[in-house]
Amino acid sequence: MLILNCPYCGVDAEETELAAGGEAHLKRFGPGSSDDEFHDYLFMRENPKGVHFERWRHANGCGKWFHAARCTQTLEVFGTYSAQTTEPPQEIKDAITAKRPGWSWREFS
Amino acid sequence: MSEPISALNHASYEGIAKVEECGLQGMITLRGDLSDKVLAKAVKDATGQKVPGQREAFVDGDTGVCWMSTDELLVLVPYAEVEAKLAAMTNALSGTHALAVNVSDARAVFRVSGANAREVLGKLAPVELSAEAFQPGQIRRSRLAQVAGAFWMDDAETFRIVCFRSAADYAFKLLKVAAQPGSEVGVY
Ligand SMILES: [Zn+2]
Repeated sequence: MLILNCPYCGVDAEETELAAGGEAHLKRFGPGSSDDEFHDYLFMRENPKGVHFERWRHANGCGKWFHAARCTQTLEVFGTYSAQTTEPPQEIKDAITAKRPGWSWREFS
Repeated sequence: MSEPISALNHASYEGIAKVEECGLQGMITLRGDLSDKVLAKAVKDATGQKVPGQREAFVDGDTGVCWMSTDELLVLVPYAEVEAKLAAMTNALSGTHALAVNVSDARAVFRVSGANAREVLGKLAPVELSAEAFQPGQIRRSRLAQVAGAFWMDDAETFRIVCFRSAADYAFKLLKVAAQPGSEVGVY
């Protein structure tokens, strides 16, 4: 059972109170982009065994979207953070580095 | 003019706790910048309460205000006054980026009371309900089994629960099962 702290409510919400929203920090390629860019935006997703970034929504709660950084292998949660960002904040990256030195995920490390 | 009645019209049940449908409750959803002074004054004028902080609920009887999210409040007023209170609020907020809507008839309200009230709620919501973790003055939006629900405590042994009116029958049945005689767990 995954337990994530909602950064808006400040509650530790368990999985059944949340809705998974897929991979985090996708950059949208829309009109004007190449076919390859649009294809990758639509279909290509990370599927790591380890550090991963996801979007979640506190569906049975405040209703807000937020981000989570966690390990898909151990279910360890490194931290949650606001949805109003296009990249993980430094303190989240530091928290991951403390546990998983040398990690990388897409363009982040 | 037809007579408005609540979803279950004061149905009640007595088990390890008392479960009651509370009847009509005036309810206004207010969204906006919660740090805005105009919004704060509108809340004060409607309820006599200040704007609640994160997960706070200031409720006295059928009047009060609850924190629902970073940009949403649930304003409680007597059912008979909701139209007037909403009009005053809408007027006060006319120059502010905010939205106030009467949701009274879209909701159902229950009361669960008695020494085992925490147990009854604890069976239905994935929420830590020990006295150390949850107290009067706090609100929690969560789920009751399969439907969304929010609740706060009026006193140490009384919960008030809000859910969608369309789920009122389901919620009442849930609460009844959770309050069945002999179903004490003894956790809280
Ligand atoms: Zn939340």
